[in-house]
Amino acid sequence: MDALTGESQIVYDARGLVEPNAEVPKISSIDGEKAEFDALDLTTRQINLELRWLINEQGITDVTVKNPGAKHSLGVGILTRCKITFEGSLGYFGCGVIDGPEVHIKGRVGWSACENMMSGTVVVEGNAGSLTGAAMRGGDLIVKGRLGARTGIDQKGGTILTMGSVGANTGFMMQRGRQVICGDAGHGLGDSMYDGIIYVGGKVRSLGIDCVPGEWTDADTEFIDRKFRIYELGTPPAFQKFVCGKKLYNYDSLEPSERKLVL
Amino acid sequence: MCGIAGIIYKDGHHNVGQDMTRMLQSMKHRGPDSTGYALYAEPTENVVMRYTTANTTTPRDFEFQDRLKRNRAEAERRLAGLGAKIISCEQETDYAFRLTLDYSGDLKKLADQIEDISDCEVLSLGHSLEIIKDLGDADTVCAQYHLDKFQGTHAIGHVRMATESDVDISGAHPYWAYPFSDIAVVHNGQLTNYFQWRRRLERNGHRFNSECDSEIIAVYLAEKMSEGMGLKEAMELSLDELDGVFTYICVTADALGVAKDEMAAKPLVLFEGENMIAMASEEMAIRAIIDHEIDTYDPYEGEVMVWTR
Repeated sequence: MDALTGESQIVYDARGLVEPNAEVPKISSIDGEKAEFDALDLTTRQINLELRWLINEQGITDVTVKNPGAKHSLGVGILTRCKITFEGSLGYFGCGVIDGPEVHIKGRVGWSACENMMSGTVVVEGNAGSLTGAAMRGGDLIVKGRLGARTGIDQKGGTILTMGSVGANTGFMMQRGRQVICGDAGHGLGDSMYDGIIYVGGKVRSLGIDCVPGEWTDADTEFIDRKFRIYELGTPPAFQKFVCGKKLYNYDSLEPSERKLVL
Repeated sequence: MCGIAGIIYKDGHHNVGQDMTRMLQSMKHRGPDSTGYALYAEPTENVVMRYTTANTTTPRDFEFQDRLKRNRAEAERRLAGLGAKIISCEQETDYAFRLTLDYSGDLKKLADQIEDISDCEVLSLGHSLEIIKDLGDADTVCAQYHLDKFQGTHAIGHVRMATESDVDISGAHPYWAYPFSDIAVVHNGQLTNYFQWRRRLERNGHRFNSECDSEIIAVYLAEKMSEGMGLKEAMELSLDELDGVFTYICVTADALGVAKDEMAAKPLVLFEGENMIAMASEEMAIRAIIDHEIDTYDPYEGEVMVWTR
């Protein structure tokens, strides 16, 4: 029966690439509802286990993680309203599939940060890699530096706001939500987007298929001002607004060959 | 997946072998099959040749040790025949050698003569470049080849997860740009017009030791530079002429450059410090050699950046 329970079910990579230690380190210093721990010598798995133990079992609502060391997949799957501060950078897939937490990252994040984020806020003090906010569904993702390519690909909701520039194919197949880009945008902005709004403060190298300039309204001004005020980002620059032209996908009864002629 | 790394110091010699090992070992999860280094020191008048007398796929039968001895003897005989005087010979493993040569002749002829011997391969040839590659992770290769003591000026490295060709030394990166002195490349990605370029370059007289698409990048760039282009110019042209998804790092005797394809499909994180430039597929590799908080970023799509010492 041992083979059917617990640790014995874990299959390890023959080359030793998985992290076999599944023990919660329990090394945090706890003060009321606040906790703090040093992640310098911990693996990704140990850091996430410690975070979940603090938030889910110890009732901690404010956690500080020191020395995250750009390790991957940190802070993923946190489904509780709480406050998490990373005092350093995260690697790839940081804060993915989160629903509720208020995260502050005092460094940069690698590729695919906040993928499938459902709600909450993530503020990144540094830069972010490609695919940031991919398939994001809700919440606010604020990056004070620059972003890589394919930012908000397949975005389904929420807001991505960057004070810097973004790379190519940002907003690719975006379905809902908003992106606020204070700097420049790379080639193919908003390519094949279904819906949503992209605001760009700088230059756009090229628009993607079916991404077109949109008409500015008072609601746009109110939205931009509110986000800048909430996150204390200063005075917003002048933005151009881009939306979906609604000629590409499922907005008519044209055959694919006919649709190409329209576009 | 694979992982690549590069480092160039702005001045002086540093413990580049140890630094590159730390960077590559921290990315072991991206490729545990083989690890390779291209290490550079200040150019010397002598030629340094790294070569092997067997590959890891060579049968380890009863004749194996005799073949190694015969291959080595034949290589030394041919070197003497070309007028290349061996100043020093270091044997790193049963099959890997580092020779310092007093030689001013044609490097292509020298490489061709050695590689004409069955199972022999010239890994690198030049006045400042040394390529070391073997199976296993960075700590293993570093210990095997005593790289922790290598003092140098810049370097690139690669950890390989074999996908399209064998797990052997020929398939490991970096690739020397045969027959051009002191040029090497590491690459993460796939080239989709590999065979077109391979045939073109073979028609121009170049040989390829592997089935790996990355090998053509080195030769492609070196050929362009031999026609008078600068490194940056050649790398920019490669963005138009090489199809596929790629991030690669190219090094010469005095420069290091990085190029990303138009889709930015493969990662690279860059740190520009006061005394060094470091880059890698993952930030944790850079943090393996820097013990304080740093500001890093990803170069954008279609970007070519070159640093010269």
